Amino acid sequence: MSAVRDSVWSEQDTTPDAIEGALRELLAERHAEHGGFAPARVLNMVAFVERQYSGEIANRLRGVGRYHASRLVVLSYHPSQRSLDARVTVASEGDPQPGELALLRETVVVQVGAQHLNDLLTIVDPLLVSDMPTLMWWPHGHPQTLEALISLAQAVLLDSIDEPAAGAAIDRACELSRELYVVDLAWLRSTPWRERIAATFDPVPMRAELGQITSVTVTHHPASAVPALLLLGWLSSRLAWQAMPLAGDGALHGSASGPRGEIALRLRPAPALQVPGLQGLEIQTASGRLVRLDRGRGGLCAHRRDPDGRTHTWTVLGASRGEAGILGEGIRQALLRDPTYIPALTAARAMLPTDRPRQPKGAAQ
Amino acid sequence: MSTVEQELPNPLVEGLERLPVDPTTLVIFGATGDLARRKLLPALYNLAHEGALPEHFRLIGVARREKAHEDYRAECEQAIHQFSRRAVDADVLKGLLEHVKYVPGTFDDEHVYDELRKVLEQFEKHAGERLNRLFYLSTAPTFFPVIVQALGRMGLAEHEGSAVRVIIEKPFGTSLAQAKELNRCVLAVFSEPQVFRIDHYLGKETVQNMMAFRFANGMFEPLWNRNYIDQVQITAAEDIGIGSRAGYYDQAGALRDLIQNHMLQLLCHVAMEPPVRFSAEEVRNEKVKVLCAIAKPIAQEIDRIAVRAQYSSGHSGGEDVAGYLHEEGVRENSSTETFAALRLEVDNWRWAGVPFYLRAGKRLARKVTEIAVTLKPVPHLAFSQDGSLGVRPNQLILTLQPNEGVTLQLGAKIPGTRMVIRPVNMEFLYGTSFLSQSPEAYERLITDAMRGDPTLFTRNDEVEAQWRICDPIVKAWEQTPGPLEQYEAGSQGPRQAQRILRADHHWRAI
Repeated sequence: MSAVRDSVWSEQDTTPDAIEGALRELLAERHAEHGGFAPARVLNMVAFVERQYSGEIANRLRGVGRYHASRLVVLSYHPSQRSLDARVTVASEGDPQPGELALLRETVVVQVGAQHLNDLLTIVDPLLVSDMPTLMWWPHGHPQTLEALISLAQAVLLDSIDEPAAGAAIDRACELSRELYVVDLAWLRSTPWRERIAATFDPVPMRAELGQITSVTVTHHPASAVPALLLLGWLSSRLAWQAMPLAGDGALHGSASGPRGEIALRLRPAPALQVPGLQGLEIQTASGRLVRLDRGRGGLCAHRRDPDGRTHTWTVLGASRGEAGILGEGIRQALLRDPTYIPALTAARAMLPTDRPRQPKGAAQ
Repeated sequence: MSTVEQELPNPLVEGLERLPVDPTTLVIFGATGDLARRKLLPALYNLAHEGALPEHFRLIGVARREKAHEDYRAECEQAIHQFSRRAVDADVLKGLLEHVKYVPGTFDDEHVYDELRKVLEQFEKHAGERLNRLFYLSTAPTFFPVIVQALGRMGLAEHEGSAVRVIIEKPFGTSLAQAKELNRCVLAVFSEPQVFRIDHYLGKETVQNMMAFRFANGMFEPLWNRNYIDQVQITAAEDIGIGSRAGYYDQAGALRDLIQNHMLQLLCHVAMEPPVRFSAEEVRNEKVKVLCAIAKPIAQEIDRIAVRAQYSSGHSGGEDVAGYLHEEGVRENSSTETFAALRLEVDNWRWAGVPFYLRAGKRLARKVTEIAVTLKPVPHLAFSQDGSLGVRPNQLILTLQPNEGVTLQLGAKIPGTRMVIRPVNMEFLYGTSFLSQSPEAYERLITDAMRGDPTLFTRNDEVEAQWRICDPIVKAWEQTPGPLEQYEAGSQGPRQAQRILRADHHWRAI
């Protein structure tokens, strides 16, 4: 793999105008150096991070590889920061090969403090490429600053498992989805499971059994109740079940009302699971069929028991995406639209236990 | 049963990027060949890596050489490590190879098919359900009818309760008569919906993007006809020679290798009417209409509409390179063309009178595949004579490789006190605007064939319509074997290529 080549500009006590000018100049320099250098123009991404964790965020973003946003603006926050300091990097993966392009990606890190929070809109707006979608990522909270910039964005990246309480996370996603397209990494964690359930019930004889599901059990990392709820919400919304609040503490249970009867629903934490996300899924139907999927090496372990009692076990191949892969997928999803997310989110919200504290609007973080 | 034919909808597939694929056993005939090693096996691995293979997927390799299952698995593993577009996950690869078996033997030997049936049945027994069967004919074309007939004779062309399909690699015949005979042979055993004639160009994102470019953007469609378009040039130029492919290429030549299939498909994408919907049949119906609107060349006019040539020694990439006749494996005095160019006209309401120029060649100045659409000149220039010198008709250039993009050539004023105009480019490059890496064409095409979706495959009447256009030229060239005009390696091609252009037209520089 060719080495990354960076062009860098930095200035203390600078202005958005000077930063934007530096971006243009660095791009022009690289293009003059070789006509094969071309700026990528896909997506603006704005991240608001606390300065002490900015290294960790930079590492996470480095891991997303080709899903890197074409212009990344990092607002690195420390309350005591007085001046507006900035560093601009224009990077390419090596030099252009004959007849080929070398894409340039721009990263702007701006040090901001408490005194800048009221002016974030005028700081960030000039730094974004016009007419390109903008994704916001606020991994360390500070919801009021996100709201100040919401008019600039089309999509927001969340990871609902970062919230201490599943209810607060789902409330927050619902609130945000009224204004922006929400890309929730918790939802993306359930993607392979959703694909596999869809595939399992795709053969014609199996499709009829979708209406005969009698129970669904999802096991999950103790901190990943949200992907599990979203998975149940997805099934509920796709199969026209009437979702009802679940009950319990930790493990949740309850039921949904389907066109042909009640469906028992269970969420079970799996403390032994080392990584965030789902551990397993079990679906039973009125015919006596049982379908089970479990996380495994090199894919999902699938187990099926047919109505006649015969059993089958196999591996559904697929490599783990890892946390960097899921973040990269989240950035990519900012350019797409999944029509099934909002109905799944709405159904998941209806399943939240009724005795939980309700979050006031905009205060979930 | 294919997923696209089912009536009861699956509500769970809405919004999913990867659609379900029915459980399948893929049988590759020619399993140890170059195509299998370089393209098919890595494509299967990448599909497995992404979780895009069916829940139950089995692979059977069939080839002449005797070897054990374990040896074939080791060859698969080595090919995947060497040619996969992504780093290999050991667990996924192990899982994939666990369900790979090998059947040795010659393709005309009925014992091979008996053995194949046994392995297919073992796989189904182990999976606990019926598996669709997909036969991939990745062999020399002479074996296509042999394998198809054997599959029919041995009762392997159908399988109760599941779908049986066959993918046939190119070339689909080397003449119209052969293509018709092969179609007759194939359709005597399989029905047309079971047959997937592969043209891997159609699986490329770039070709699919042409449909998006034409039918998702309103600004070009009003201009897309004889009233505004003066000419269309489609170029597929390579800077490399024939490499180690002399055995194939010296029998085929540029016309059969590229123009009869890939380039006529590109022409169809440029000239077709918008389909009513993007279903396989509607899209292919529109492409066939275009091919039918191209008159079959008559013998007397072939010299006026077609040119062929061979590369001589020259320079490429800063090195001295040998001429075609001195390449290893090429027959002495071979009259196989390494460059071919045609002028075709699409005789319909939209395109009457607009020439479509097609050219393909090896050892040309650089590697480029592009479609250049030249608009008619503006009717009147009000600028002074000097100022108008740089005015050129607008050109729209769709580049397919190496840098996929769209360039619109416009006239612009040169800064200064005088009104002097020169052409400038307004450029859009796909690579700058998307995060995703394009999947390999074979990944897309294998998945589509497993799903029973024929949109990106060539239909029987389509392949015959392509041959109807090229066959008279092939015959005329066979009757006048040469020697052929030579063009220097690394050049723009033969001078004679100018002969088929209209007097006021010129080839674009390669």
